[in-house]
Amino acid sequence: MAKLTLDPRDTSTDTQELLGMYRLMVRVRRFEESLYRRYREGKIGGYLHRYDGEEALVAGVVPLLRRDDYILCTYRDHGHAISCGVPMREVMAELYGRVGGCAAGKGGSMHLIGPEYGFLGGDGIVGGPVPVALGVGYAIKMRGGDQVCACYFGDGAINQGGVHESMNMAALYGVPVLFILENNGYAMGTAVERSTRQPDMVAKAAAHGIAGEQIDAMDAQVVREAASRIIGSMRTTHEPYFLEARCYRYVGHGVADNAQQQRFYREEDEIEQWKRRDPLLSTRARLVELGALGEADEKALEAEVEAEIAEAVAFAEQSPEPPLDSLYENVFTESMGV
Amino acid sequence: MALMRYAEALRLAMAEEMERDPSVFICGEEVGQYQGTFRVTEGLMQRFGRDRVVDTPISEIGIAGMATGAAMAGLRPIAEFMTWSFALSAMDQIVNHAAKITYMSGGRIQCPVVFRGPAGTGNQLSAQHSQSLEAWFMHVPGLKVAMPATAADAKGLLKYAIRDPNPVIFMEHAGLYSQRGEVPEDPDFVIPFGQAAIVREGTDVTLVAYSHMVSTCLKAAVSLHDMGISAEVIDLRTLTPLDMDTVLASVAKTHRAVVTQEEWLNVGAAAEIAARIGEMGFDDLDAPVLRVGGADVPMPYAKKLESAAIPNEQDVIAAALRVTD
Repeated sequence: MAKLTLDPRDTSTDTQELLGMYRLMVRVRRFEESLYRRYREGKIGGYLHRYDGEEALVAGVVPLLRRDDYILCTYRDHGHAISCGVPMREVMAELYGRVGGCAAGKGGSMHLIGPEYGFLGGDGIVGGPVPVALGVGYAIKMRGGDQVCACYFGDGAINQGGVHESMNMAALYGVPVLFILENNGYAMGTAVERSTRQPDMVAKAAAHGIAGEQIDAMDAQVVREAASRIIGSMRTTHEPYFLEARCYRYVGHGVADNAQQQRFYREEDEIEQWKRRDPLLSTRARLVELGALGEADEKALEAEVEAEIAEAVAFAEQSPEPPLDSLYENVFTESMGV
Repeated sequence: MALMRYAEALRLAMAEEMERDPSVFICGEEVGQYQGTFRVTEGLMQRFGRDRVVDTPISEIGIAGMATGAAMAGLRPIAEFMTWSFALSAMDQIVNHAAKITYMSGGRIQCPVVFRGPAGTGNQLSAQHSQSLEAWFMHVPGLKVAMPATAADAKGLLKYAIRDPNPVIFMEHAGLYSQRGEVPEDPDFVIPFGQAAIVREGTDVTLVAYSHMVSTCLKAAVSLHDMGISAEVIDLRTLTPLDMDTVLASVAKTHRAVVTQEEWLNVGAAAEIAARIGEMGFDDLDAPVLRVGGADVPMPYAKKLESAAIPNEQDVIAAALRVTD
């Protein structure tokens, strides 16, 4: 029986890979599930966007990236930060607006960051990280390395002009950006088919000369297999690639998009249909079939994750609020030695 | 020292910094093969190659994002906008990304990017191409704003901008590109930001200027001298950081100030500077601080109307006479 406490970036055997993905997805899911209560208690403020249902998209991709690769994503970024290796306690403390947060309390939910893990952050502007990813990719190209930059963005972003400028330029210069379109079907409350007459996202990328494919991102193994092949290939071609990941978000766009609000744009039955294809369920079923995950293992995993979240909360609660004299710090970087 | 044009001084600054630091590169429209719309990047692609002088499509969001992202990943990009008027498409990348990433990340990410290009009014370029938008950028925390008035300053300030670890808005003046001046050839010559220059000493009134308005104020000072008024002219060089110490020391001496700008008068840089003089130097003042700026209209094409919209020497003289009356 394989060990459950895997480093998320450890990839040795198929079973261990599956276990690693499962463990990571459970960590992200339980973390997200724990947040609304703390939001209602006033512990967390601002906007809060949960990733429930889309976990396979980070679990199947991020562990394949190296520490010298780069990752950028949207404001729905908790799962990305945790997958990249940002300690959960630092993510929680950031949501609490505390000095122990990964951005020292200055970023919040939408601006998680972890430069030492290659995580250049969440981005509060729809489509915003894509032009930045072009530049990161260009830096890789200029330095001549074999790194890649994975840039996550949503189906709402595909209609932003800057995304198309950047895809065109990424193809023109040949920069190793993996464009990952998290197509969860809705930009806030606007369904994809209500925002474009061309819902074939791969065709949009192809229009810019970027090869791509659509995958079922409800299945972690499918995501991982595609990502492994694509990232491996990008390390030698250094060319951009486009991945349309079909997925679904179980909860509202943000806290305010509650069940009542969601009735304006989607049926409860639709949510239930997608939940039957839950990436955690399918991965667990596979592990059980392989004999790699017993009831006791699962209990142990859940307990471990519960303890990790409890520890993160305790850390966040104890972490002080940023001192007032830090208000003006970090507006600029000190111009020493210019 | 060598006599050269403002545009040549900018080119020399970039060439020296590209020589000094392999992480410096230029991207923008027509910067390479075409050798620069205003010839500022002439010869640089031939010298440094296409990877370091990158011709881009007409995609300002892409250009600004490319520079911002490369800076976040450790390079020192110089993004050229063909004019600052075209940079408006890229405001989200400049304001929401480049300017804020250091603060949003709690200081964990630096963004040493230079956004440069021509600004300013004139030449009957009319409403969409003839304007000066420095106040927009001055308003945003996290951006530094430099506006050189001379060839020497163009070189020294641009070199500093490239070395600075922060995003810099570098606004050149299209009307100054062909102006010649003595420029230090020393490759270590840099002008730190936040150091205004007193370009003419005087005792009766302080004329505060930057960019093209410096020469306008110097001309006005000559005429004022003939009228018996001794005007001191200050070239701010950078609007962020703003060297109020030099301005206030001058006002303490002259007790009168006229703050000038080429951009629209309403909510412009001069309003901020005048307010700070009022807040910090009120006791030194013998007259209200006056502002001179452009007419608050989209720039008209007709030559006569355009001339009326752009502040000139006579406007500065009239304001100086009012405060010294």
